[in-house]
Amino acid sequence: MANLLWLQSGGCGGCTMSLLNAESPDLVSTLENAGINVLWHPSLSEQTGTEVKALLNQILNDEIALDIFCIEGALLRGPHGTGRYHMLGGTGIAMIEWAEKLAAKAKYTLAIGTCAAFGGVSTAGDNITDATGLQFEGELRGGLLGSDYVSQEKLPVINVSGCPVHPGWVTETLLSLVIDKPIKEDFDDFARPRLYTDQLVHHGCTRNEYYEYKASAELPGEQGCMMEHMGCLGTQAHADCNTRLWNGQGSCTRGGYACINCTAPEFEEPRHSFTETPKIAGIPVGLPTDMPKAWFVALASLSKAATPERLKHNARSEQLIYPPTLHKKNKS
Amino acid sequence: MSRLLVGPFNRVEGDLDIALEVEAHKVVSARVNSTLYRGFEQILVGKPTLDALVYTPRICGICSVSQSIACARAIANASGLSMTPNGERSQNLLLANESLTDLLTHFYLFFMPDFARDSYAHKSWFKPMRDRFKAVEGTAAKEILPARAKFLHVMGVMAGHWPHTLSIQPGGTSKPVTRPERLRLLAILADFRRFLETTVFGDNLDVVNSLASVSDLTNWANEQPFNDSDFRAFLYLAQDLDLYSLGQNDNRFLSFGNFSESGDLLVKQGMWTTEGGLQDLPLDAIAEDISHSWMDGVAEQALHPSQGLTDVSLQSSEKPGAYSWCKAPRLNGQVFETGAIARGVISGVPLIQALVTQSGANVATRVIARMLELARTIPHMQRWVTDLDSEPYCHNDEITKNGTGVGLMEAARGSLGHWIEIKNRRIQRYQIIAPTTWNFSPRDVRDQPGALEKALEGAPVLEGETDPVSVQHIVRSFDPCMVCTVH
Repeated sequence: MANLLWLQSGGCGGCTMSLLNAESPDLVSTLENAGINVLWHPSLSEQTGTEVKALLNQILNDEIALDIFCIEGALLRGPHGTGRYHMLGGTGIAMIEWAEKLAAKAKYTLAIGTCAAFGGVSTAGDNITDATGLQFEGELRGGLLGSDYVSQEKLPVINVSGCPVHPGWVTETLLSLVIDKPIKEDFDDFARPRLYTDQLVHHGCTRNEYYEYKASAELPGEQGCMMEHMGCLGTQAHADCNTRLWNGQGSCTRGGYACINCTAPEFEEPRHSFTETPKIAGIPVGLPTDMPKAWFVALASLSKAATPERLKHNARSEQLIYPPTLHKKNKS
Repeated sequence: MSRLLVGPFNRVEGDLDIALEVEAHKVVSARVNSTLYRGFEQILVGKPTLDALVYTPRICGICSVSQSIACARAIANASGLSMTPNGERSQNLLLANESLTDLLTHFYLFFMPDFARDSYAHKSWFKPMRDRFKAVEGTAAKEILPARAKFLHVMGVMAGHWPHTLSIQPGGTSKPVTRPERLRLLAILADFRRFLETTVFGDNLDVVNSLASVSDLTNWANEQPFNDSDFRAFLYLAQDLDLYSLGQNDNRFLSFGNFSESGDLLVKQGMWTTEGGLQDLPLDAIAEDISHSWMDGVAEQALHPSQGLTDVSLQSSEKPGAYSWCKAPRLNGQVFETGAIARGVISGVPLIQALVTQSGANVATRVIARMLELARTIPHMQRWVTDLDSEPYCHNDEITKNGTGVGLMEAARGSLGHWIEIKNRRIQRYQIIAPTTWNFSPRDVRDQPGALEKALEGAPVLEGETDPVSVQHIVRSFDPCMVCTVH
């Protein structure tokens, strides 16, 4: 049995709501079958108030082993380092203090969602609450626990980022902790599980044919590629959204809107409007990962010249106008 | 007089603690503390207008689509933009999908597990209720999670994912529904309806929706044994534990209205009081008091949200007399309750009106109102999907460069409003009043307790209880969302 404790800090709770969407099997069955025992989760557990405070103290006193410690939401250090923007209910103690103490006891510490991993949306604007991730502040290592922190299993904080997380990212990371013994190489430079960050959102995007021919959408609802005009970062975003799919069959790009690279640190401050592609001399600033710029420009102008009429028109339409031409073996 | 501090208060969305003063085994006063402040109203200032559609859903993971819709309506209102008919149907569907999911999640995962507590071990119904509703271990959790996930496939088809979609636009939606998708949606809804009819209600929804009086409901409940369906089980518990007398307050209700159909609202906008009955909603009479909130500003000067300010600091976190990050919204200076029960009364649903006439808002009627809304809304969802066609899904007229707007709607938990001021294509002011801000507000400058604070007065506290079970029932009967509350 592996004991799991889940706390929610400065976030929206959306990662838990997403986690409850786990399917084949459902969340409770997944955890039960893997031998993961939920010590306490704010949305799932019966215990409240006194019972929870007693449990937390038992963990700190080494009476109960803490195998997996998950935090969802950013850690709020303000105002002036007091942590008062989030005191854990009923305890009069700042959540940052609870998090530091509990992380010291944990075999594995997991930051669930981009807020807990890197600070996320809670740090946007002037970061009024002095929010941070557990071990990263944006792209910088450090955060609440400091860059030297390792859990009892000698691993840094595992950053299951995403805004929200896909339920599969969480359940598979949890399974990997109890089934395999993960090593440092299983995580990328931002300490995210490579289970889902070795892919790009671009992979499996249903708009790929439009991308190939640079047949672009210009308005919400149009079918074309959203990279050229509508701010889509799918060619740079590390996640398997378009191969794994969400809520049965969805993804951001399938929902008609741009990928905003929500698994990445600092996604919350793109320094331009989320849904407009910044350009210099008509060329998008952020180009696909691993692609030399000159080649991209050359290929783009070539493919734009070769765009089939079908794609040109469909790209600017809400509904399909021209289906692909049917090729028959026997021409009559 | 003794004091109790109850928290962390879980199975609510977000964090919460409640300070109780207890005398002669009864709560005499309660102070509700929203313990988390994130500052969205400050984050949004200076951002490009449409970027609000990225930030606002992230106020809340459980009412994310509701926040998106309030935001889109506020921007549309400022820009004089309307939705296409398909855009309207799509937004209604997404909102209903989220809200009904939340009603289900609340009932099974948040509310019912309290009846499986050992403090009820002496009750004759304890074993079946525990086997069914025990947190994590009960049979209900394993049935409800897959049904909930499958119902949310509507989001997979129409919104990319849930929570946090960017498909909701001021002029409609960025996701036109194709012909096969429309058929898929009908299949998903039919499947969910069957689940409600077999597991939740144990009867055809048309029958449930035809119950018009308290005696209709009682007779219907008694047609079958209490453990025949989960709703009947609750009605049985409500009777046995007299949940109708628990958690009452002043019965002033508020609804912003919902589900636009060619501009008309299916769920009505208005206010309702015991003295005055149904009345028009004077939107100008809304103001947010900060006298007991950890906020900077003039305590005596409650501001309308179109003029609202949100400022916090180290000093404000030490403000004498303050005990919550939540502001205290008031309508005509009075405390109002919002949620499914308010919507039912204001929209003229006969059974809800009858229940409120008989016993007002309380633990039982709040939950019943929520469950009936689940039954009532599914047929509308089926109709909206049937009506989807290949006409445009989004009006893409330009967003205003300067202006002010308001977006009003009903989230699962009640009335949600966004007030926006746009200057030079950027957000100049953004104020949000969420449902639980109304319900869980702290005291105001006249020392009037908020709706929950009032409902807790008189709650029984048994000998030796540190986290009174009556308080658990009352708090969760509101289905609070604390992350929305303070945003």
